[in-house]
Parts: sequence; structure tokens; C-alpha cells
Amino acid sequence: MGSSQSMSEEVRELVGKTGFSSDQIEQLHRRFKQLSGNQPTIRKENFNNIPDLELNPIRSKIIRAFFDNRNLRKAPSGLADEINFEDFLTIMSYFRPIETNVGEEQLEHCRKEKLRFLFHMYDSDSDGRITLEEYRNVVEELLSGNPHIEKESARSIADGAMMEAASVCVGQMQPDQVYEGITFDDFLKIWQGIDIETKMHVRFLNMETIALCH
Amino acid sequence: MSQRKDWRKREKKEHPGLLYMLPATLPLLGMPLPGAGAGVADGAAGESVLPPAGLALLRWQWHEVEAPYLVAVWILVASLAKIVFHLSRKVTSVVPESCLLILLGLVLGGIVLAVAKKAEYQLEPGTFFLFLLPPIVLDSGYFMPSRLFFDNLGAILTYAVVGTLWNSFTTGAALWGIQQAGLMAPTVQAGLLDFLLFGSLISAVDPVAVLAVFEEVHVNETLFIIVFGESLLNDAVTVVLYKVYNSFVEMGSVNVQAIDYVKGVASLFVVSLGGAAVGLVFAFLLALTTRFTKRVRIIEPLLVFLLAYAAYLTAEMASLSAILAVTMCGVGCKKYVEANISHKSRTAVKYTMKTLASCAETVIFMLLGISAVDSSKWAWDTGLVLGTLFFILLFRALGVVLQTWVLNQFRLVPLDKIDQVVMSYGGLRGAVAFALVILLDKTKVPAKDYFVATTIVVVFFTVIVQGLTIKPLVKWLKVKRSDHHKPTLNQELHEHTFDHILAAVEDVVGHHGYHYWRDRWEQFDKKYLSQLLMRRSAYRIRDQIWDVYYKLNIRDAISFVDQGGHVLSSAGLTLPSMPSRNSAAETSVTNLLRESGSGACLDLQVIDTVRSGKDREDAIMHHLLSGGLYKPRRRYKASCSRHFISEDAQARQDKEVFQQNMKRRLESFKSTKHNVCLSKSKLRLRKAGRKVIPSPCFCSRPAAVILAVESEEESDSSETEKEDDEGIVFVARATNEVFREHKVPGSMEVCPSPCIIPPSPTCAEKELPWKSGQGDLAVYVSSETTKIVPVDMQTGWNQSISSLESLASPPCAQAALRAAHPLACPLPRGDELRDPLAALVTPSPESHAGFTFTPSLAKAGRSRSESSADAPEQQELQPLMAPEDRGCLSPGTANARWLIQFNRAGRL
Repeated sequence: MGSSQSMSEEVRELVGKTGFSSDQIEQLHRRFKQLSGNQPTIRKENFNNIPDLELNPIRSKIIRAFFDNRNLRKAPSGLADEINFEDFLTIMSYFRPIETNVGEEQLEHCRKEKLRFLFHMYDSDSDGRITLEEYRNVVEELLSGNPHIEKESARSIADGAMMEAASVCVGQMQPDQVYEGITFDDFLKIWQGIDIETKMHVRFLNMETIALCH
Repeated sequence: MSQRKDWRKREKKEHPGLLYMLPATLPLLGMPLPGAGAGVADGAAGESVLPPAGLALLRWQWHEVEAPYLVAVWILVASLAKIVFHLSRKVTSVVPESCLLILLGLVLGGIVLAVAKKAEYQLEPGTFFLFLLPPIVLDSGYFMPSRLFFDNLGAILTYAVVGTLWNSFTTGAALWGIQQAGLMAPTVQAGLLDFLLFGSLISAVDPVAVLAVFEEVHVNETLFIIVFGESLLNDAVTVVLYKVYNSFVEMGSVNVQAIDYVKGVASLFVVSLGGAAVGLVFAFLLALTTRFTKRVRIIEPLLVFLLAYAAYLTAEMASLSAILAVTMCGVGCKKYVEANISHKSRTAVKYTMKTLASCAETVIFMLLGISAVDSSKWAWDTGLVLGTLFFILLFRALGVVLQTWVLNQFRLVPLDKIDQVVMSYGGLRGAVAFALVILLDKTKVPAKDYFVATTIVVVFFTVIVQGLTIKPLVKWLKVKRSDHHKPTLNQELHEHTFDHILAAVEDVVGHHGYHYWRDRWEQFDKKYLSQLLMRRSAYRIRDQIWDVYYKLNIRDAISFVDQGGHVLSSAGLTLPSMPSRNSAAETSVTNLLRESGSGACLDLQVIDTVRSGKDREDAIMHHLLSGGLYKPRRRYKASCSRHFISEDAQARQDKEVFQQNMKRRLESFKSTKHNVCLSKSKLRLRKAGRKVIPSPCFCSRPAAVILAVESEEESDSSETEKEDDEGIVFVARATNEVFREHKVPGSMEVCPSPCIIPPSPTCAEKELPWKSGQGDLAVYVSSETTKIVPVDMQTGWNQSISSLESLASPPCAQAALRAAHPLACPLPRGDELRDPLAALVTPSPESHAGFTFTPSLAKAGRSRSESSADAPEQQELQPLMAPEDRGCLSPGTANARWLIQFNRAGRL
């Protein structure tokens, strides 16, 4: 493809920022244009055109995450109306496999970033806490795929999960102590000891290109 | 070493008894089944020749029972040996069981040889393939972590297919090479084809051996599934190669034509895909059959085994890969079968499967050891043996490294060097190779004896030497171990979210990758397969998150009961609940009461439609009573049925205790939410002598947990109950129904209805939601019954009794989260409360004060500990109450929220 020669300054910059290879960027750019209908930015409506996404029970949350300023690293809260290609790449880079040759610290950082993405998805009001309401909301959506499980059950599952989280994070609580919600630190605690390396990766390209960038 | 000697001594000590048996048992092992037939024939012949000399008092009929007897004895010996091994933890922690069993086999074989002067017992290929192997494979297939398996399917298939092909070719060719180089004795008459044939059987990693060793070495799950999956799936390749070469050898290399090679390659696909297809078809049948076993629960476990075995035999019959068939059958059916069959059947399947597999494994290793003693089949050639050992190790390592290098180009999580070492070293050979080599035809393969000897050495070497050293190696290399943490609800939820996110991202990127297809498959499964293969009741609640939640609840509940119901685990969940299946309407409290026909019903009060704060106190008092009282042990009719298992009284008793405990937990959860502490240890009330039936009860709070614990047994046993002690039911009724006539024993009769005494309105009462204009919102209770007890989910649903205690939402998040500490407070108070409670329960004049909800009690707010007149305790409660009051004192917002919950509860 000769991409190395034709790699423009812009692409090189993106490579540095997001860690994607230029081939991957090219491919993602193609997809981006396809989604946006050759516009420079993507709006929420564009995501509705993806037919495969329709079956996803937490579709709205995921789409929201694409426009979340926290994930875009732009602002501590709020939603963007539209995202450009760079933002798109930023979001996608959350799902990039962790390189094998990075140090322990880098690995930890990557892990945290990935978890933060998930955390932001739960924490819809950007207050740094997943409150019970927010948690219930997510669980309800998660279970919405099964029409036979009622909201009540979803709620009680969320409650159970919250209690579990509280017991993991705070331990034995005093009677007058109140657990307000899962903070990000608590969130990390919950994830302790669980490999997410295998869990939050997407293969972005077909095999040849992966082989190329090695 | 010394340990092993020590063990041997012990073994020998154990033997004398067996020695007598052995000479007699000798005829067995060759052909257990034909042997049986012959024995019967002999007996018959003997009888016809000699006229019976009168009625024999005792007849010795060894021949008639010989074959099954011997089989039983062998399994018994193996099991006893297992027990002996595990007496010493030190030995088993160092030496894998398979090694010990092989050694035991060697010893036994030696004894047999010494006694009978000829080796008799052998691992017969027929027995092995038809009886011993299937249980092991079924066990591993059924309990295969399917998610992990399919996540790594690419790697597993590569190693299984490419790896096995590579191993067999290179090993065969290299052996032929050293023969050509003259390193083997000239008596080893074998051509290239013979060596390739030998290579094909010796190169396959053996599932039995791998499982036996790797189960004791806890490597991380990815590594385990790759090695283990490979050992299962390579069967197809082995079978094909073996058969192809074997027929080539039999045809003679001259007669092999090009078309035969093509056929050979084609047969690889036929055998593997055919085997898998057979397995899947049977999995489908199995799942479908279990869908209809609702009324014949008792045969459910049997069906699983029969159909899986049928899959194995069918594949074997069609000369397809039988191992693959059973594996696929196990993997494929599990999800649906588990959903369909009852809880008990699940346990039965699990244990039977494990038992059979473990038996088979034990017998296999023991027979392997015994077979090795038979020197008549041996022909030793040092060059061949050493060459084979060297090459299988070398080429295994080489193959793993090469394949891993290729695979790592595609894997998201590459396999590192340490993994590769373990994988190379974990390539154990076992009984499959041995059985295959025994099956060779000596007239066609003149070097068979040499191959047998070599195979035995290889198997022994890999199982004993590698099995012994792999544990230290894993430790030394610091291989990532599997960390056995219990699944948590959060984790499950997050993982689901991840799955969805990943699928979504793949959709967005437009790349149809693994997650995309997995997502598609799940959709398909949900839409069609599950609908077809699962019972409707099972299908409805089928959800992984729900499953985890359910399991956690059960586990928690069990641990709670195990701890005697006094200590609550803080890690656990405290809200066991079930999805509500039935609307509450049919199962109102009173209906249930009528149905259950319990002897006496003491109506504590008839509550008017006007709700007042008093209700709450009353209800609390009611919970206190109903929660704290032990349900009497009832007598049950002895029942004996072949087709249905009835629980014995002990089990019921346990269940009752369990229910009691669960209920109290629920209450404690609820009450902490409501700032009321409940006594924990009221169970001891039983001693107080009163037998009162805790009944479905009535919750005065929309946000409360409904905690009736009424299960199907209640109604089942109503008749028996009547002849038994008359129970007393405390009911707070929501209706104005006519006071029913009851057979109230003794002084209970005069219990006045407490509503006569008008309670003074309390602060809390004023703040009650239904006081503020919503007075006649129909019901603020869901009087559903709850089945908290995981007796049998299935029956529970089907009988429409179990349902959700609607864990209604607390007023606000904070309040809900107080639930996280329902565990903290009430424990010490139980003892204090017990006495006053006992007083309450005893129908003595004094207790009337307790029953009649005096104004003072009402004033005490929700703290029914007033009844204990324990001032310090009440003070203790104060801080608890504060937040709630605060919450209620902001009527504007609070009420709105209340209202919502209110309605929801009403809808239920």
C-alpha cells in the first residue's frame, strides 16, 4: 500500500497520540467516513445507522460513551454534540490491545484507562461516584434483553451488587455509616485480581495488517 | 523416594487379603464379558451332568458371578488405593495420583505374575475404549469451561491438528532415520510406514494423563484449557492417522496408490467433523429430551449418561472420532440440560460423572501398571526407546514453539515463553497410545513388540517423570497460577458490560470479529435454540447475571446457615430474592392461610383500610413474632416410592431452619433499612416450647422486603400437620374480612384485637406517606409469598408458589446502602430479647400486654425493643433512627419518591 511514504504529518501525529498504526488509522478513517456520511464529524444519529448495534441492550450507554467528554479527555463532564476523527480514534484507543513489551507501570496505566472508560459509562452524572440509581439503571439496561426478567429483579440484582461492592470496599460498616456510591478507587478494588487484558480488547484490523505492524 | 518406599510398604501390608483373590481372579481381565457368559455355561453344563444330590444348603457359584465380581473388586482395590494415597497429604502433594496408581499397578502386576507365573491382566483395548474412556471424556466435556474453550478455540485447534500432524510425522520420520543410521538392533523390522504408524500413536497428547496431572498443578486457566483442549481434540487426528497408516501397512506400501493419500486427507475431515456432528446431534436430542422430564425427574441424570454414551458408541460405530463426539455432546448440551433438570438431578449428574470418571481413570492407570509387567509382549531395544523419548520431547517442544510463534501473531494475549515451556513439558502420553499399540496386528507389523515396549516406557516416563517434575517446574518458572476467586456479582455484571461494549465497538468499527460472532450466536441462541430446548419456565429466567446472583445468594445463605445463623458474612448479599413469576393477587395472605389449613389462626388485628403509623409498629411486631418463632417440626407420613424422592424429616427440618434463617436475614436487612433491629437468635425460642408457625406475613411498608416463607411443602403437608401440633399463625391482615373461627387453644382465644386500642399518633406516623393524602392507595403490600429456599428452583416456579419478595426500593440510595450493614447491629441483642419474646409467645395473661400493642409500644416508634423495656438498648437504636427520620421529614421530595415506590408495590 506504500502507506509509509504517503503518511502525512497529520497521520503521524495521530499515531503518536493514539498508538494506532498508520494502517489502522487509515482503515478507521475509512470507516469513520462511512459512518459520518463523508462529514468531518459524527453525531449521535449516525450511530443509529449501524444495524448490528440495534440488538445491543446497552446501546445507548455505549453511544453516549463515545460522546462523553471525560472519555474524550476534554472536560470533566458533559457530552459533546459531535466528534471528529481524532476523538473517534481516542475512543477507539481504549480498546487497543496492550503492547507486550511495555513496562509494569505502563501496563497498570493502560488497565486503569480501560477501567475508567467503563466507570464513566456507569457514572452517568460525572460526579465520580456510581450511585445506586446509576447502577440500577445500567443493570436494568443490561437485562433488558430478556423480557422475562422484570425490573424488580434487575433492581435487586443491582442492590445486591452494590452491597457487595460496599462490603468489598468498606468492609464492615458501622450502623450509621452510609455508602454513597462506588468511587473509582473502589471500582479498581472490585476489579482487583481480575485479568482485564483479555477482556477489553478488540482486534481492529484484519490479520495481514496486524502481522505487518509487528 | 523414601516416601514412595514407605507407600509401597503400606501397599504390601494391604495386600495379603487380596492375594487369595488373585489366582481366582486371573481369568477375568482378558475378557470380562465373554467370561461371564462362559461361566454361566459352565455352571449349567456341570449341573446337567451330575444329578442333584438333594437340596444343597449352600452352593458355591463362583463362576456365575465371576466377571462382575472381579470388575467390582478391581474398582474397589483402586478406590482403596486412592484412599490410602490420600491418607498422607505429603505424598499426594508431591506425587501425582496417576504416578502412584501406575506404581501400584506395577506392584499388583508383579504379584499376579509371581502367583500365576504368567501375566494375566492387561489393559484391553476393547474395555478401554468402550468402557473406561467415555466417562472421562464425558466428564471433561461436560464440565469444560465453555467460554474459555471457545475463546481459545483457534489456538486449541492449531495445536491439536497441526501439532499432532507435525509430531507424528517428525517422530516417525526421525525414528526411521535412526534405524537407517543403524542405531537400532536389526531385529526391529520396520519400514517407514511402520514408523509413521508408531509415530501417529505415540505423538498424541493423552487427555487422561493431562487431566490427571494438570488438575493437581493449578496453572492459569488459559494454559490449562489449551493443553487440555488440545488433548481432547487431537483424538480425531490420531484416530485418522492411525487408521490410515494401519491400512497402508496392511495393504503393503507397494499397493498404496495416490488416491489412498487423498482419501486419507479426506478422512481427516470426515472423522473429525463427523464426530463433532454426531456429538452435537446427540447434544440436541439430550437437551430436547430433558425438556420433557418434568414429571419423571428421577431419570434425568440417567438420560444425560445414556445419550452421551450413545453418542460415543454411535461415533465409534461409524468409525468417527468418538472422543470428539462425546466432548461436543458434553459441551453442547450442558447449558440447556442444566437449565432443564432439577437442582437435585444436577447434583446427581455432577457426582455420578465425577465418580465414574475418577473410577475409570484410576483403573486405567492401575491396569497400565499391571500391563507393563507382562514381559512376554515386550521386546526391548535401547535405540528405539531412547530415540523415541528424545524425539517426542524434542519435536513437541519444537512444534509448540513454532506454532506459538505463528499464533502469537494473531493472539491478543500472546503466549509467553514460560507458557510454551509448560505446554511442551505438559505433553503427556497415556493409555490411549497404549491401547492403540496393543491393537496393532503382529502379523502385519512385525516390530509390534518393540513398539509396545517403547510405548510403555514413554507412557511411564511422561506420566511419572514429567508428572512428578511439572509441579516444581511450574513453581520454579513462576507460571501464572489460576487464582480461584469466587465469582462476584459485580464482576459478572462488568464482564457482561464488557462483552456488549466489545461487540458494539466491533460493530462501530465495522469489523466482524470474534465478539461480533459471539454476539450473533448469543442472539440466535436466545431467539431460537433456547426457546426450543429449554423449558419455558427455565428459559424465562435464563440469564447469566441472574444465575450468578442466584448462586451467590444460595452460597451466602448456606454459609449463613452453616455458621449457625449467628454470624452474617459481610461479603455476602443479604437480599435473596426471586423474580416474581406470579402476580400477588392469587396468593394473598388469607388465601394462603386457607390453603395451608393450619390449625389455628390468631388474628392479631384487623387492619382497616385507613393506614396509619400504627400499622408499621404492628407489622414490625408481627414480624418479630412470626420471624422469631420456630416452625414446629411436623410429622410426615413415611413414604416410599421408587420414582420420586421424598425428603426425609431431617431434610425438611433443615429446610425449615434454613428458611427461618433466611427470613431473619431478610428481616434484618429490611429492618436496618428501617432502623429497627431484629433479634437474631430467636431460633432458640424453640426451647420455649411454643410451636408457632411463621406464616406469610404482611408488610406494612412499601419499601420493605416481603418475607413470607411459605413453600410448597406447607400445603403438601397440611393434612399431616393437622394431626400434629396445632400451630398458631399470627397474621396481620389487610382486609376487613370476617374474623374467622379458629380453634384457638387455651387462653389465646381471648386475645383482643389490638385495633381496639387507638394508638396515639406518632411523629413517624404523621410523616407516613399514605397519611399525606394517599390514604387509600389500595395495598401497600405485596403479600406474595417468597420462596427463598433454593430447594428446587424448578418446582418452585412450576408450582407457582415461589416468587419474588419484591425487594422494593428504599426511600433513597443511602437508606438502601445501610443495608450493607444489616449484619452489624442486632446480634448481641438477641439474647436480651429472647426472654421478653418468650413471654410474648407464651399465652399467659402477662403476655397480653405484648399482644395488644399498647400505646406505649406504639409510641416507641418502630423500635419494638420497647417490649423488652430495655432502656439502654433503645438508646442504641437512636442513631439508627436518625437518618430515616431525616429522610421522612422532607415531605416534599420524599413523598414523591415514596409514591412511586408505593405504586410499584401496589402493582405487584
